[in-house]
Amino acid sequence: MTSYDVIVIGGGHAGCEAASAAARLGARTALVTHKKETIGVMSCNPAIGGLGKGHLVREIDALDGLMGRVADAAGIQFRLLNRRKGPAVRGPRTQADRRLYREAMQREIDAIENLDVIEGDAFDLLTDDETVAGVIMKDGRVFRAAAVVLTTGTFLKGLIHVGDRKIPAGRVGEAPSVGLSETLCRFGLRLGRLKTGTPARLDGRTIDWDRVGRQGPDEDPVPFSFMTDTILNRQIECGVTRTTDATHKIIADNIHRSAMYSGQIEGVGPRYCPSIEDKIVRFGERDGHQIFLEPEGLDDDTIYPNGISTSLPEDVQAAFIRTIPGLESVAILQPGYAIEYDHVDPRELQLSLSVRKMPGLFLAGQINGTTGYEEAGAQGLVAGLNAALAAMGREPFVFSRTDSYIGVMIDDLTSRGITEPYRMFTSRAEYRLSLRADNADMRLTPAGIELGCVGEERRTRFGSWKGAYEEGRTLLRSLSITPNEGARHGLKLNQDGQRRTAFDILAFPDQTIEGLRPLWPQLEAIDPRVSGALQIDAAYAVYMERQAADIAGIRREESATIPDDFDYSDLPGLSNELKQKLAQQRPRNLAQAMKVDGMTPAAVSLLLSWLRRQERRAQRVAGQAAQ
Amino acid sequence: MQITDTIYALSSGALPAGVAVIRISGPATADVIGRLCGALPQPRRAALRTIRTRNGEILDSGLVIYFPGPASFTGEDCCELQVHGGRAVVHAILDALAGFEGLRHAEAGEFSRRAFQNGKLDLVEVEGLADLITAETEMQRRLAIEQSGGGQSALYQGWARRLTHARAMIEAELDFADEDDIPGSVSETIWSDMAKLAGEIDAHIDQAGLAEIIRDGLKIVIAGEPNAGKSSLLNALAKRDIAIVTEIAGTTRDVLSVDLSLAGFSVKLYDTAGLRETDELVEREGIRRAREVIGHADLILLLSEKPGDFVWNEPVGNDVPVIRVATKIDRNGANWAPGQADLFLSTKTGDGIADLLEELKAHLPDLAGRTSLAMPSRKRHVDCLKQASAALARSLAVEGLDIQAEQLRMASDALGRITGRVDVENLLDVIFSEFCVGK
Repeated sequence: MTSYDVIVIGGGHAGCEAASAAARLGARTALVTHKKETIGVMSCNPAIGGLGKGHLVREIDALDGLMGRVADAAGIQFRLLNRRKGPAVRGPRTQADRRLYREAMQREIDAIENLDVIEGDAFDLLTDDETVAGVIMKDGRVFRAAAVVLTTGTFLKGLIHVGDRKIPAGRVGEAPSVGLSETLCRFGLRLGRLKTGTPARLDGRTIDWDRVGRQGPDEDPVPFSFMTDTILNRQIECGVTRTTDATHKIIADNIHRSAMYSGQIEGVGPRYCPSIEDKIVRFGERDGHQIFLEPEGLDDDTIYPNGISTSLPEDVQAAFIRTIPGLESVAILQPGYAIEYDHVDPRELQLSLSVRKMPGLFLAGQINGTTGYEEAGAQGLVAGLNAALAAMGREPFVFSRTDSYIGVMIDDLTSRGITEPYRMFTSRAEYRLSLRADNADMRLTPAGIELGCVGEERRTRFGSWKGAYEEGRTLLRSLSITPNEGARHGLKLNQDGQRRTAFDILAFPDQTIEGLRPLWPQLEAIDPRVSGALQIDAAYAVYMERQAADIAGIRREESATIPDDFDYSDLPGLSNELKQKLAQQRPRNLAQAMKVDGMTPAAVSLLLSWLRRQERRAQRVAGQAAQ
Repeated sequence: MQITDTIYALSSGALPAGVAVIRISGPATADVIGRLCGALPQPRRAALRTIRTRNGEILDSGLVIYFPGPASFTGEDCCELQVHGGRAVVHAILDALAGFEGLRHAEAGEFSRRAFQNGKLDLVEVEGLADLITAETEMQRRLAIEQSGGGQSALYQGWARRLTHARAMIEAELDFADEDDIPGSVSETIWSDMAKLAGEIDAHIDQAGLAEIIRDGLKIVIAGEPNAGKSSLLNALAKRDIAIVTEIAGTTRDVLSVDLSLAGFSVKLYDTAGLRETDELVEREGIRRAREVIGHADLILLLSEKPGDFVWNEPVGNDVPVIRVATKIDRNGANWAPGQADLFLSTKTGDGIADLLEELKAHLPDLAGRTSLAMPSRKRHVDCLKQASAALARSLAVEGLDIQAEQLRMASDALGRITGRVDVENLLDVIFSEFCVGK
């Protein structure tokens, strides 16, 4: 029997990142997938990044993950969203060529030395007592592993709906996993059911492109990866069109035939990604809903009409789509559908994404109730790193709300659970001004280097970049000027007699390093690679200082960890209701406990003093043992 | 101490009294009533019952009202026994209650604490309730009822809702920049309301001084040269001998105070040591304390027994009025000319005391025509409100939507520290209910 340190089940975005992360830490890793050629398939819209999501991709990249590099290799329409609204809320995004993406991902996976790809159907988990010990394949093969990462996406009891047709499937044409779902149930994990949807795919050759608007790419595409210097792909335009009154009428008249509205679907769908049926029912008074016509590739005629996901029957889909300007005689390549699937209540997970009740098992991606490639990839990274660390007997690596969007997401999922598929937004991050897409490398790469998941090439490149950055910052802080001197150079400064450094002055609107060059010619020495980063950091410096105290507080609360088996019934002075909530939600640390509904300052201090007492007791016991 | 305990206490005032109210709260309440008073009365209906010990011995008869949780004051099962207010009766019943397994006497404030922990009251309301119970004057009662009744919480929650809406509009623009349904300038619509909100919060903060006067009383300091008759005036106003009065200058070494109720307001009168240079250690300490009290005064009564001695060099707040009072006019009346003092009085004859009281009333806050007393009465509220207002002001002053949003988040956090936290999910709820989001 072959045995591994880590086995990853699933070759989607979570699975690929998990396998790569585990292998980067040196674990002997296997990736189990139905078919090798479906590794890295984008099953929904052909795009990566966006607001919040782009931040996640940058963070995956900062830890030497795959998604950023692969998106750079496949991107065909780079756009930096919110370009004019402040660096903290800028989100890099690109349309991706499906084939290029898949191929680039498969190249990355192939190139990893200590990673085997196993084709086949992972039927069940191998368990020793209560511990997960490997994978049992449908064909009878058994692979042992110290840790298993499950990234089954929508394949757990996946059920596709097109009108009143129901097809058990994980994706169109691919069988669902039923056995695994039952195993998770057997271990007593709480499961829920969610729904998501996808629009029909259109034949671009049958679209009247003269009748639709256009959205172009940025002139200077900003890559995702710290390792990418330039984007080589040709950049394309997307079409933009709108639904019409005729569209709305057809949908309204046939609403009872939609799987969503006929009562066939029990799963909960996301509010921020509604089907066209939802849009008409909830916002029917709008004079039209925008649709982006996104090419699926440079040499692919398939068009993804973003904005009209649906579970209406095929004939209704064809009818309403053809009322849309430009699509009057469009050919439909594949109908849209809704898909329902099981997910595990993410409150069953620890911050390392290991399953509390099933030691040795880690979960990542849609199985945890999230949506989106980026959310899946980021969890894959966390689960893969921690599976490898567990296999090697090392301490888990936990992200914090204060250091990353990844930390925000994992904290949200594990402490609050979900009521709809979870998607990242920048508004979820309290420390948004600190957690920017532009400083992801500075935030995370040093930790990644220490952990051992960052390769030689990035380490060298980051080291040189960081050196240049620090040199530049030191220089900017060493140069200073009085308000009077500033006035002579046309700088409007408060006449308060305070000297201000070049770094301080960069915080004022419209000041740039370039603009300060006449004043301080020595600024020429600043490496152009880092001048953008310095400028942004200078602009936010005063806010960073203000947030630093908050962040230190949260870190302290996060580091007050609550043991997994903490018995709240022992805790005097808490209401029964609160005890029940705490016992059920099992906050991992004080910061999470404070967010439990009904938690009062008094209850927090009770909990804290109890934790301190236990800690001291443990230390005494340890001290006595040492003697 | 487990919260599963059932607690009881005498909740009405000092014994003996016509009626005494004993309150019981906790899971064993129904069982205890069953055993003390027979069948459980209908919820929230008064029932006349005989109260017996477990041995069947009759203790008293009285009204029993049962409030099953969560619709009760504490949120737990509760009961009130209204019994005859004799000491022996009440003690016998309390002893009987103590005899039950799992029952114990409530600690101070424990009923309110349970109400708070069970979400029946928010922090502002609990604080208001504490004030209501200790209210001694009519104005204190009105202020406290505003707070404990949720009037003030409603005001803060209204502000929190406006902030949430404003933040949602900004977040919509930031997080859904590429959505057709969200106009690019949606956030511009909120700034006039945020400016208005900042104004409202500031106006509310300005009421804090008034609330403090209502809550803590108008602080009047009686000051003046040694032997000017300060202690005599204190005694006269208190209508009893609080301070020792002698002819010897420097008799009063400590700050003495009395509380008076004047036109519905609480007034605190402070008698201070006469301010003079002295080497005497105890007197010097008294003078230091006097200066401290003067520093917090709302009004100063500066006393003198002869014209020309109204010397006042102590630093006080800008708008603290100083009223010059001529004393001992039964003896020295002839020395004074009109206009040399604001008031003339003699504590010996009582002349001028009524004029002084009228003058003091004129310095009490004018609440005529006010229907609401929603004002911040605690420093904690004022601090949070100031932080909220400052953050709002910054949001209006800075550039960049991301930084403005950060300031509004801070304002919302500060307000949330008074009443409760605003969650990002609340923002998303607003966004998704107002906009059709989703490509």
